[in-house]
Amino acid sequence: MFAFIVRRVIQAIIVMLIISFLGFALKQNVGDPVREITGISVSVAEREAIRDKLGLNDPFFTQYFRFLKGAVLEGNLGQSFFYKKPALEVILKKAPATLELVFVCSIFIVLLSIPMGMYSAIYPKRILSRIIMGLSTLGVSIPIFLIAIVFIYIFSIQLNWLPSYGRGETVTIWGWESGLFTIDGLKHLILPATALTALMLPLFVRLIRSEMMEALQTEYVKFAWAKGLSPMRIWVVHAFKNTLLPVITVGGVQIGTLIAFTILTETVFQWGGLGFLFLEAVERADTSLLVAYLIFVGIIFVVVNTVVDIIYGLVNPMVRVTGRK
Amino acid sequence: MAQHPLLQVQDLVVKFRLRFGDLTALNGINFTLAPGERMGLVGESGAGKSVAGFSIINLISKPGFIASGRVLFEGEEISSYPLEHMRDIRGNRISMIFQDPMMTLNPVLTIGTQMVETILAHSKVSTAHAREIALEKLAKVYISSPGKRLGQYPHELSGGMRQRVVIAISLLTNPSLIIADEPTTALDVTIQAEVMALLLELCKNERMGLILITHDLGVVSQVTEKIAVMYAGRIVEQGPTKNIITSPKHPYTQGLIKALPQAENTGRRLYQIPGMMPNLTSIPPGCAFHPRCDQAMPMCRDHTPVLCTLEPGLTQVACHLYGTSKEKA
Amino acid sequence: MRLWKKFKNSYALYSFLRDPVAMGSFIILSVLALSAFGAPIIAPHNPYDTTTINIMDAELPPVWQEDADPSFLLGTDAQGRDMLSTMLYGMRVSLVIGIGATMLQAIIGIILGLISGYRGGKIDSFLMRMADVQLSFSTLMVAIFLSAIFQALFGVAAFERLAIPFLVLVIGIAEWPQYARTVRASVLAEKKKEYVEAARVIGLPSRRIMWRHILPNTLSPILVLSTVQVAHAILSEAALSFLGLGMPITKPSLGSLINSGFDYIFSGSWWITLFPGFLLVLLILVINLLGDFVQDVLNPKLYKG
Repeated sequence: MFAFIVRRVIQAIIVMLIISFLGFALKQNVGDPVREITGISVSVAEREAIRDKLGLNDPFFTQYFRFLKGAVLEGNLGQSFFYKKPALEVILKKAPATLELVFVCSIFIVLLSIPMGMYSAIYPKRILSRIIMGLSTLGVSIPIFLIAIVFIYIFSIQLNWLPSYGRGETVTIWGWESGLFTIDGLKHLILPATALTALMLPLFVRLIRSEMMEALQTEYVKFAWAKGLSPMRIWVVHAFKNTLLPVITVGGVQIGTLIAFTILTETVFQWGGLGFLFLEAVERADTSLLVAYLIFVGIIFVVVNTVVDIIYGLVNPMVRVTGRK
Repeated sequence: MAQHPLLQVQDLVVKFRLRFGDLTALNGINFTLAPGERMGLVGESGAGKSVAGFSIINLISKPGFIASGRVLFEGEEISSYPLEHMRDIRGNRISMIFQDPMMTLNPVLTIGTQMVETILAHSKVSTAHAREIALEKLAKVYISSPGKRLGQYPHELSGGMRQRVVIAISLLTNPSLIIADEPTTALDVTIQAEVMALLLELCKNERMGLILITHDLGVVSQVTEKIAVMYAGRIVEQGPTKNIITSPKHPYTQGLIKALPQAENTGRRLYQIPGMMPNLTSIPPGCAFHPRCDQAMPMCRDHTPVLCTLEPGLTQVACHLYGTSKEKA
Repeated sequence: MRLWKKFKNSYALYSFLRDPVAMGSFIILSVLALSAFGAPIIAPHNPYDTTTINIMDAELPPVWQEDADPSFLLGTDAQGRDMLSTMLYGMRVSLVIGIGATMLQAIIGIILGLISGYRGGKIDSFLMRMADVQLSFSTLMVAIFLSAIFQALFGVAAFERLAIPFLVLVIGIAEWPQYARTVRASVLAEKKKEYVEAARVIGLPSRRIMWRHILPNTLSPILVLSTVQVAHAILSEAALSFLGLGMPITKPSLGSLINSGFDYIFSGSWWITLFPGFLLVLLILVINLLGDFVQDVLNPKLYKG
């Protein structure tokens, strides 16, 4: 098991190196760091002097390693051109908004997808299962921004029940700007979180359903029936526990999709989180911030995927044994 | 109090509901098992022997259902029991052993969990007590260091070990009948005999009834007291094992026995029954075996023979060669 | 002729004619595709022709509402373009990008998948590791990053001029792993079979074995995947356009139409965004339903995960 974890962590570091390399290469080719510091009204000679001083005339790899050293040791991902602040600081300030959205959405998904997926797998012919499956086919066919727009149109513009944009009132707890503790903040959260859930839910319902159906067909489930166990125990302990493994793997991969969808959701609801920040950075050609976002999201992906792999190893007795050898 | 037979299967018909209509998988099966008696259900794959085994505890795979007929277990008509009630029978008074021990044990649960849950499902005992029972049964199937096995996962055991565990699970609740569906086919040849001998010993010691579903006449002849030979969803011959092995009546049974390797035939080519078992969708009319039968007569094509007793208490056979009644199909 | 006969008696056609959902989806998809590619003939107005557009016609509602102009059946957008015509042209752009991107993914994915599955070894583990990493980032995320990078590298003006090929490229690169994994899985399954061994024994070159012998056997999973991927590509394009990283508003796809209409939804002009939205959902839905049908009929084992 220990060797397995070490192997996964090394892989994660390699992936991070590749991402940082891509990010750095992008930064080198786009944008002029000197201009970011000095503005335009500087002579060519002065510029060269500054370039030398900043080490911008060093070989590419020297600069890359300097960048890497700064990033790892000091968390220095460069300076945001627009905010005139370290990019990491800008990102960390916006992160809570996105994380809260993702957090609430994940809770919805876990609470809804498991019972829905299991039910429609156990009783595939029932009306309710057909409704669940029909809705999920519709769900994967609707782009998230459209769901969000329709929500805004119905609940904000027509019914005027819920606010359509922004995070509302927030409170700061230990430096974390949270909207979870005020009524206004929660009201603002409902629409974006529901829209995001509506999009991710069909993926998980379909996945759980198909894996569960497969598990229900297996010999060991048939044997469990032959042992005279209660249906609940067979469904939950024998069948569902086996569907958990693929669901965890795919679920981990879906974190990427989830973050991509937060960009879309945040755009529609003008939710002041990372996704919104990213698009602003693209529009303002704020390359440093863009690259910092890329690396930040890369870290989240890699960490989540590595953790998922390790959890998978812990849940799956077979991986555990091969790791032990 | 009248002594009930252990198991009576009466005119059992099992069908599979498919899109284009119903398929008949079992076509009127009859047999009786006395307490402690061991019977073999023999036939090629597709003959319906597994379906017969599973239909006893009403556990036929999805589109299948019991269309008519009855299953009486110790005098109770269990074929009409609802699921809730059936659970008291399954795994409690009738246990099953499946074909492939790799597939029967749940890969993500420990052996201990899978044993204890069976006991807890049928009796109100503490988990600790259930573990003791599990240990005792593991010892009965000669598994080394049973205490360690309880904490292990199925994939950590060898195939033979796993089948022993499955047998131990089937013993947990001291059932009066075990249905074993090809219990040794998935095992290595060297282990097959061991597992079979174990099963026989346990049945004898505990006076448990056994239904052994297999295609292997050799195994059946060593273990069982009677045999029912199945072909295309019907029993074509049944009777005491000794009679059937030494003087088979039905041409199909004769073919099966001729196909067995025998010491006196060493080096010679084995007999093969010509042709193949018909698909359930295209069972020939009349006697289903007639296209492959070397003694077929014109009437075999039109009339389905019924099971008739040749000598009282001995072999029953469904074949026109023995001049029995010619009921129409 | 023989092919036609074979098709007429095939199981696929048999089940198709007995599946109202599949037939309905096919009919709707045909109508949509025909009207999209026939847009220059069918559409009442030409949204690309700036001379016919009058800003005074902007934000007119569909005909069944008050203040409508009968010459604009579904109303007009914020620039005074006829909604119906703009949507038809937009759907054409969406379909072109969707199909083009899927073809590109298929080409990259099939070649890499064949190489990976047939050669095995180091190339295989490298390519598959790359596919894993890319998939774990999610295809949409990769596409968003790629278009952001392309825009940063080439500038917004160049990007808008070459938006269609750029988007085909971006979505094609983002989604190749799906094909590569599917093809690789079926190559691995085929490779074990004896005819491949036989072809190798008689000394056929490996490229010939791959193209002539293995590839045809991987066609049915590829076909199933392709229907799903076209829908996926269209959705990705719409998402990119909605974010402003895709088609410019002068040459809108359905996604950029929805995006441009979103600003006007607060002033009550819901039709600018909801009509193209509805059309997009309908398009994706029928493709997905057809995909489900094809999968049921061919039932290949898709690569999971």
